[in-house]
Amino acid sequence: MSDLVKNTVRFLLFILVQVLVLVKVKPLHQFVVPYLYFLYILWLPFNTPRLALTFIGFLFGFSLDYFVKTPGLHAAACALIAYVRPFLVSILISQEGADQNYKSPSVTSMGWAPYATYVVVLTLLHNTYLVFLEWMEMGSFLFFLGKVLGTTGVSLLLILLTELLFYRKQSFKTNTA
Amino acid sequence: MRNIFLFIRRYFNFLFFLLVQGIALYSLFTYNKFQEAAFMGVATETTGWFYKKYDGVESYFNLKESNAELAKQNEILLNQQGSNFYKADSSSKKVIDTVSKDSTGTQTREYLWREAKVVGNTVGLQNNYITIQRGEKQGVKKDMGVVSPSGVVGVVISASDNYAVVMSLLHRQSRVSAKIKKSGDLGIVQWDGENPMYVNMINVPKSVKLVKGDTIVTSQYSYLFPANLMIGTVDQIVEDNSSNFYVMKVKPAADFFKLEYVSVVENLQKEERKKLEEAAKKIQQ
Repeated sequence: MSDLVKNTVRFLLFILVQVLVLVKVKPLHQFVVPYLYFLYILWLPFNTPRLALTFIGFLFGFSLDYFVKTPGLHAAACALIAYVRPFLVSILISQEGADQNYKSPSVTSMGWAPYATYVVVLTLLHNTYLVFLEWMEMGSFLFFLGKVLGTTGVSLLLILLTELLFYRKQSFKTNTA
Repeated sequence: MRNIFLFIRRYFNFLFFLLVQGIALYSLFTYNKFQEAAFMGVATETTGWFYKKYDGVESYFNLKESNAELAKQNEILLNQQGSNFYKADSSSKKVIDTVSKDSTGTQTREYLWREAKVVGNTVGLQNNYITIQRGEKQGVKKDMGVVSPSGVVGVVISASDNYAVVMSLLHRQSRVSAKIKKSGDLGIVQWDGENPMYVNMINVPKSVKLVKGDTIVTSQYSYLFPANLMIGTVDQIVEDNSSNFYVMKVKPAADFFKLEYVSVVENLQKEERKKLEEAAKKIQQ
């Protein structure tokens, strides 16, 4: 499957799973909103241009907003993590040239520790910005903090499950072949 | 001039990011429930279609609960039928008719009910909306109340041809005029955006005697809902020494997690009442 088709299908699947399943789940606690959809942005290929990445992030967030009727809320958070992503990748990539030899960020291409850091930092950033935008109008600081931590915890758990269930095979690309 | 172009070229990515953030934040903060922008109209029709397709599968999981709820409502309605009551023999006994109905036969209808299927619903966000499959072509308009068989659900805020969007009680801008059933004291039911299991009732003075478990119903002042519709029960009374009013945590009677069928209630005399009240306000100014 070509990258374009694969990512388009993923786009739709992530939005539909978030809208039809995760938003409707009965909350475990008032601090917990299960967010998984932004994993799409973390999975985009290394060679996506920066400009396109920001735009895809914005578009992706806006499609979720379209369903849950909060125009701009998720779009802002997704554009932020899509913009920050290349900086983080360039800091965390350990092997020389891993971003050319592999297709997209994953455990195999980046290694366990860098990939985990990558996921945790972007998840925390996404949730902090999202809850901050919601919280600006009302609410206490303790609620803000609790919600960021609770939501991030559940997001990380969901991402771990998704990574284990849908293992992405990544072959080493060389230019010798 | 050349330097400006160089600057723009060098920081184009960052400027584009700022632009995108600007668009997102602008649409977030200028958007509110009163805005009937193109966003809502188109979004309602397309997302409604998606929600309907998925609901065809999902609704089976809640069949048992919604059946029980509808049966309960039927029981209440059957008990209100005139044929249940024994009529006194008026030839041998003096009877005073105490039923407050117009005896000339022309009764004025105030509320009209229409059923609707819930196809989309969220609970986990700060501002939650419900999508129902009934729109302008089927008589649903903006500003109509929405009630589930067990309690108040929300208010219609926008309608397209075949779908309508309802602002749920779990929305930070939602406000419903309410009263305590036992004593008749008035207050307002709203939501703080924190816990979807509870809504808050405010503006009830501390002089009122309250007990946990008291029933909260809609008040007679609301022009969206008929009076005495169930909203919920008091679950917790929050102590706030700095004010003379109670803050109550109210457990909503409607189960927002399992909404299947709702009724849309239209107040046929709303326009007349609004007009009169506005005219009265103008005189005072």
